[in-house]
Amino acid sequence: MKKILMTGNEAIAEGAIQAGCTFYAGYPITPQNELIAYMAAHLQDRGGIFIQAESEIAAINMVYGAAACGVRVMTSSSSPGISLKQEGISYIAGSQLPAVIVNIMRGGPGLGNICPAQSDYFQATRGGGHGDYYCIVLAPASVQESFDLMRTAFELADKYRNPVMILGDGMLGQMMEPILAKGEGHMAYGNHKPYAISHKPKPWALTGCKGRKPNIVRSLYMAEGDLEKSNLKLQKKYKAIQAKEERWEEILVNDAEVVLVAYGSMARIAKAAVKSLRSKGKKIGLIRPITLWPFPNKIFWRLAVNGKRLTFLVIEMSYGQMIEDVRLALEGKAQVEFLGRSGGGIPTEEEIINKVREFADNNLTNSRTRELK
Amino acid sequence: MSYELRVKTMTEKIIIAGSGGQGIMLIGKILAQAAMMEGKFVTWLPAYGAEVRGGTAHCMVVISAEEIGSPYIDKADTLIIMNNPSLSKFKARLNQDGLLIVNSSLVSLSASAANIKKYPFTDIAIKLGNIKVANMAALGCYLRNKKTVALKNVLAVIKEMASKGKKDVLKINQQALQNLLVADV
Repeated sequence: MKKILMTGNEAIAEGAIQAGCTFYAGYPITPQNELIAYMAAHLQDRGGIFIQAESEIAAINMVYGAAACGVRVMTSSSSPGISLKQEGISYIAGSQLPAVIVNIMRGGPGLGNICPAQSDYFQATRGGGHGDYYCIVLAPASVQESFDLMRTAFELADKYRNPVMILGDGMLGQMMEPILAKGEGHMAYGNHKPYAISHKPKPWALTGCKGRKPNIVRSLYMAEGDLEKSNLKLQKKYKAIQAKEERWEEILVNDAEVVLVAYGSMARIAKAAVKSLRSKGKKIGLIRPITLWPFPNKIFWRLAVNGKRLTFLVIEMSYGQMIEDVRLALEGKAQVEFLGRSGGGIPTEEEIINKVREFADNNLTNSRTRELK
Repeated sequence: MSYELRVKTMTEKIIIAGSGGQGIMLIGKILAQAAMMEGKFVTWLPAYGAEVRGGTAHCMVVISAEEIGSPYIDKADTLIIMNNPSLSKFKARLNQDGLLIVNSSLVSLSASAANIKKYPFTDIAIKLGNIKVANMAALGCYLRNKKTVALKNVLAVIKEMASKGKKDVLKINQQALQNLLVADV
């Protein structure tokens, strides 16, 4: 099959269209503009509806409405724009609607800058808006994976009737790599039946209630006990997602003494550091979480309880957010170190290698003194 | 899981820098396309600041026989510099044994490197009849010095890109590209 050269942003848009996204609303912001531009150029021609909304808030609410009608919907933005969308995302979660939201992160806080960053991890994995809810969060690390995960994103959204967030960063969105973009065989247009991909019927959708009882989509539950009942339903769903949907990539972890933990663009650089250190005989591996929520606890627990002395080095383009999930997963059973930069700085391969050397050497020489403390 | 380990070889890191409008992004894309045709791993990363015509622009291209970690380049194997501000910005980012290609038409600052090639790309382009093909002259110079990708593939990429436009555009681009391949200027 022929490869094509695409930016991460374009691959996400193409992946979404091929996954049957038929409604997109967005508002431009760097560094995700290629995504909305691609949607503007292609979605209409391929049977979907594209709207450049008047604001991020309008876009997410259009997505909310379209999702209630049972079609596959998406919006995208970058950090400050995603903050604006949080009220809408909370409503979508509360109303149990499937929707895909893409965040191509830039530096923050505030308007920050347009450099790549991973500083919205907390926001993405802890719901983000008000209320007790979670988004499923997927973190691609290459242009190919950005394309591939879109189908997963829409399927998970439909399966659990839950918002799914794609969490990328400016580097991933802007860079071009060769990818295999599958044909348009499962696209819902042309000679194909509408919703040819695993579009199961959505009996809850607002499709016109001729001949049936009206469906109601809402997040407002005023009667006594109703909201608690609805929330318990959500919690049951979250438990099921946590049990079934953890995804990660592990590289050379089984004999490792040091395990790097990184996601997205950062994981690529960490992988290069692993190769480099392995070639010098260091026992080092990498865990790359692909779902950030649910966080892949299983692999951490498996490594932590096998009795070996193990150090985890969490590397992020932030000052330490995912590290909290790593610590929670390990429950104190292993040492956790951290390397992070943000606001435009990206930890380099060299910095990772130096950091590993620093604490690995300390461990050898100071392990006894550390125990005495 | 099985994971193949290979020694780091055959990786070329190129930073191309100049001013907006000089076709900096384009020569990066051409290299990336050609590398893709050859089945190599490649990444292309643009500098996406508030760049405008006349402002600074650069892109980073990594071409490798193996999977690429960071598309961002700390130390480059090759620097292609098209104007003065770009030289000041990137000269410290070249590897010790790296190749420095300089557009002497527009770069007056002194530059030094283990391997330095200076040619008046802008003047060459003007002589050919279109100032815009200075980037192609620089690309030709690069290809003469490093065989990262095959010339025939680069020509094929240019043909594919230009087929949408006018025929004379293709011709002048090819002339510019091959100018420095044939003989010293």
